[in-house]
Amino acid sequence: MKTDPSRYRRRRTKNALFLALSWLATGFGLIFLAMIMWTLFSKGIDNFSLDLFTRDLPAPCGGENCPPGGVRNAIVGSLLITFFGLLIGTPVGILCGIYLAEFGGDSLFARATRFMNDILLSAPSIIIGVFVWSIVVKRQQHYSGWAGALALSLLVIPVVVRTTENILILIPNRLREAAYALGTPKWKLTLNVTLRAAKVGVITGVLLAFARISGETAPLLFTALDNLFFSTDMNRDMANLPNMIYNSAMGAHKNLIDLAWAAAFLITLTVLLANILARFLGGSAKTSRKS
Amino acid sequence: MDSIHRKIAQHRRIDWCFVTLTRFFAFLVLISLIGITITLILQAFPAIKTYGLRFFLTADWDVHNDRYGALAAIFGTVVTSLIAIVIAVPVSFGIAIFLTELCPARLRHPISIAVELLAGIPSIVYGMWGLFIFAPLFAEYVLRPLNLSVIGFGYLSAGIILAIMIIPFIASVMRDVCETVPKMLRESAYGLGCTRWEVLRKVVFPYAASGIVGGIILGLGRALGETMAVTFVIGNSWAINWDLSRPGQSITSALANEFNEADGLQMASLMYLAVILMIISLTVLSLSKVLLIRSRKFK
Repeated sequence: MKTDPSRYRRRRTKNALFLALSWLATGFGLIFLAMIMWTLFSKGIDNFSLDLFTRDLPAPCGGENCPPGGVRNAIVGSLLITFFGLLIGTPVGILCGIYLAEFGGDSLFARATRFMNDILLSAPSIIIGVFVWSIVVKRQQHYSGWAGALALSLLVIPVVVRTTENILILIPNRLREAAYALGTPKWKLTLNVTLRAAKVGVITGVLLAFARISGETAPLLFTALDNLFFSTDMNRDMANLPNMIYNSAMGAHKNLIDLAWAAAFLITLTVLLANILARFLGGSAKTSRKS
Repeated sequence: MDSIHRKIAQHRRIDWCFVTLTRFFAFLVLISLIGITITLILQAFPAIKTYGLRFFLTADWDVHNDRYGALAAIFGTVVTSLIAIVIAVPVSFGIAIFLTELCPARLRHPISIAVELLAGIPSIVYGMWGLFIFAPLFAEYVLRPLNLSVIGFGYLSAGIILAIMIIPFIASVMRDVCETVPKMLRESAYGLGCTRWEVLRKVVFPYAASGIVGGIILGLGRALGETMAVTFVIGNSWAINWDLSRPGQSITSALANEFNEADGLQMASLMYLAVILMIISLTVLSLSKVLLIRSRKFK
């Protein structure tokens, strides 16, 4: 058999060229991402101190001798809004997930719901903010922590629905059949057998949802707004880390910008930890943000 | 005997309530998007009535004279997202190829996880980095030498920041899709003497095509609806500039900047913008969803 060496060489060259390009692209992408992480960590650690957790947002100040300040009010506000967002969104998400996995089957209604849920998962979050503003803030004539929590809960729901359904489907049918054979009613079967077996998966979903919402800024812009002072009143404007970062970074005061970096560092750390923990808990279970 | 019957009947009732309850919440999820869209349209109604479809074609956004048009914002949203996709797609392809074919087996898992974790970083971090680090450097070392612009804020910067933001996202979807290609197909191709690139080009990509395109469009959907990463660096000026290094406005940045101070017709016009964004994203996301579902069916 005769081979044509020039053709062979051309194929080899082409192969080497494209693989080299792929190395290059990977390097290019990862360098930018590494730069972002590096900036965030170095600036974040530089400005990190215990004051962050014990003091409230300071007055803007540009000089050298600024009074110390922290972001306690924003941390507390963020925790409250996030907590209530999860509290509203999780049960709705779990119940919808149960329906899709246990009762919905392949019906048109279930398929349509799955489709809508997946779209909701990637819908622009600022739209959610505008929506909640229209139905809550506009009616009440004032911004509030509750409105912020409601906006975040709309982001929690699709994540929890997706993970709950995915994990319930993995529960072997033998378990359900065994329970049915004993005469267990559906609600008991779901709550005491399948959901219990899927507990870790559901917790993973909630963690992923937490990671998703703790950095969201856009849905809070028009709902919780911001508050310069410490407040735990969910009925009024409420400070939160993302908006504090946004407002401070857009301003021109060095002490606030430094605090914004520290706060961004804090949020990123939280999100990363929550994602890692979720991955650890979920094992090989897929992350829910995709597809 | 009677008590057993009563108990069974009771459980039946509870069962019915339980299933109906879960179905109700599923219904809630199903109609949520429709509800959101209708609410936005109602809020936008004064602007829709005043401008109709002309809103899409006029570019001036003049708060003092109460005249509004969406063209500048739509232009900004589309242009920045396209820039992002043009940059992010080849790079994501590279990363996906690297992760499925080139990477040493020991590094594959950690790098894949790192890429997925990066996809979860809050977008405000990208925005902040763009504002304080990227835009000044970009202006100093790229735009100024090229005589384009002295400030680093504009469509180009916003597009690049968006690209960096969606790269991990698209890359990890692409990698997942590429891994669904059966080993047997790859190995047969290698057995015929194909080079790695030929295996990728002629076996992996065609097999995974609809999933890859779905992933790209999903990334596009993300870029279209992103607020913070864009608002920080686009420059926030109501203008259409074909010189892409200049400042502009996107739908999301317009909302973020003006919403809290707006009322009357301006508010309705902002709502109209939100409706437009909603329609664009819904179309793009549905398309990506359909493609991704189709790619999963091949499995």
